[in-house]
Amino acid sequence: MLSLKNVSAGYGKKLVVRDVTMRVPEGEFVGLIGPNGSGKTTLLRVISGVLAPSEGEVLLRDAPLRTIGKRRLAQMMACLPQELASDMAFTVREIVLMGRSPHLSRIGRETRKDSEAAEKAMALADVADIADRFMTEISGGERQRAFIAMCLAQEPQILLLDEPTSHLDVGHQLSLLDLVKRLNRRTGMTVVAVFHDLNLAAEYCDRLLLLHQGRAEALGSPQEVLTAEIIQRVYQAKVLTEPNLVSGKPHIVISAGADY
Amino acid sequence: MNVRRGWAVFVVLLILLLGACALSLFAGPSWVPLSEIAESPIVRMRIARILLAIIAGAGLAVSGVIFQALLRNPLAEPYVLGVSSGAGLGAAAAIVLGLSGSGVWGVPALAFAGALCTIFLVYALARTSSGAVPVPTLLLSGVIVGAVLSSILMFIVSTSESEKLHNVMWWLLGSLQALDWRPLEISAPAVAAGLLIAILLSRDLNLMTLGEEPAAHLGLNVEQTKKLFFLVASLMTGATVAACGLIGFVGLIVPHIVRLIIGPDHRRLVPASALAGATFLILADSFARSVLSVEIPIGVVTAFLGGPFFLFILRRRTSPYWR
Repeated sequence: MLSLKNVSAGYGKKLVVRDVTMRVPEGEFVGLIGPNGSGKTTLLRVISGVLAPSEGEVLLRDAPLRTIGKRRLAQMMACLPQELASDMAFTVREIVLMGRSPHLSRIGRETRKDSEAAEKAMALADVADIADRFMTEISGGERQRAFIAMCLAQEPQILLLDEPTSHLDVGHQLSLLDLVKRLNRRTGMTVVAVFHDLNLAAEYCDRLLLLHQGRAEALGSPQEVLTAEIIQRVYQAKVLTEPNLVSGKPHIVISAGADY
Repeated sequence: MNVRRGWAVFVVLLILLLGACALSLFAGPSWVPLSEIAESPIVRMRIARILLAIIAGAGLAVSGVIFQALLRNPLAEPYVLGVSSGAGLGAAAAIVLGLSGSGVWGVPALAFAGALCTIFLVYALARTSSGAVPVPTLLLSGVIVGAVLSSILMFIVSTSESEKLHNVMWWLLGSLQALDWRPLEISAPAVAAGLLIAILLSRDLNLMTLGEEPAAHLGLNVEQTKKLFFLVASLMTGATVAACGLIGFVGLIVPHIVRLIIGPDHRRLVPASALAGATFLILADSFARSVLSVEIPIGVVTAFLGGPFFLFILRRRTSPYWR
């Protein structure tokens, strides 16, 4: 589905991502993890096509990303960036309908088909009952779900997420990620998501890519990547890992530093 | 926010515009009896004036809407951003260089060029390395660039000996005084073309309000769209300034109020702001020429209303309709 070949990228002369190679098969849920400044968001921006790699190449269904038109790309791939906000009083429905843009001509207006796609997306993301509320007056969790619905209205085959749960409480974190996982499992939508929280990443992802100073430090299942030894080396933090009693996925146990 | 309410608003706006036109036809220091209306030169002048107010009001209001969407800032407006000053400098330079006599195109062309250069300069100054355009830096660079351009403009005015520059001072304060139809010949097509593009591509403006990267993720060619709309807004501002000088704050007051009534969807906001802007400027002009025995420059009236309005929006950060 998606393939990164020796991708390096950055801003100006400074490289933030160095020589990352990865293949993401269709229907996989991949997590990008790593310490602050390790290049997670930059790598996601490269995958989304808004940042051109300075070296290497990203292939989407064997076609180089740069050769795919912007509208065509948006029909295949949706991206929810970090801290997406709408300062204006659009309703949830108006925002979700914006997700239909890649399927419309430049001066085209939405048809019944687009409304149906938006309604379906709102039902999936569980925002149908707040469709007529203003984006400015709903809670952070609802707003994030509304933006997910906007992405779903694009009817993408790949969904990119950048720390989708960063400002949410634990209840909203789980309901949002459950939603994404459900879509991933039921519709085969490929998901690539940046995670800050290692335990959430371990629970929801099939595979993890651990970035360290822009390089791929480890790539594999949560069990392979999230070992105490690797985490200590990359994050400079003393932790223990043990299997989650419910899921069996690795669970990171933190302990405060020895002396205060 | 359903469609039917949208249409009702347009009907009301249209009625208000027609009412303002009728009022403006009769308002002023001299009363024209109905029987003489057809051949009265005063009425003909007033009609030209009303048309100019429609063009300028629509042009300035829609420029404001465009700048606000592109810069994601409710305070962005041609006058506040210094774009009007840039256009004014261009127009004054054209007058001093004697281009005004050589044809009707000299003044509007340089006004347009001045507006375009200014918005790119202000935008470049305000943009941080991460690509964001923060509110404080945008307003500051707009105000400062505007002040510098105004001082150059004043320098030109004060050092020039040209007879024509006596009129420039009056023109700078904003005036809809139309001695003939010439200002309309250029400004009307320019504003109409800008309005048409803004209406056709109004969905792009909606996407731009989400931010540049989210808009790109929705398949929009952001750089192209941004350049096109900067061009369109500068064209409309330049055309307006060339025809009637510096009239501030129309692009701030009108879109803000219209947004409160019909919401932020640009497919309705753009045409509704054009209608409301035209109405607003006709009324402001009627007021300016009938309240005192002498005519008050229209720019003075709009700034007198717009300045406090600007501060009001700046203070009210919790406005439910924007931030």
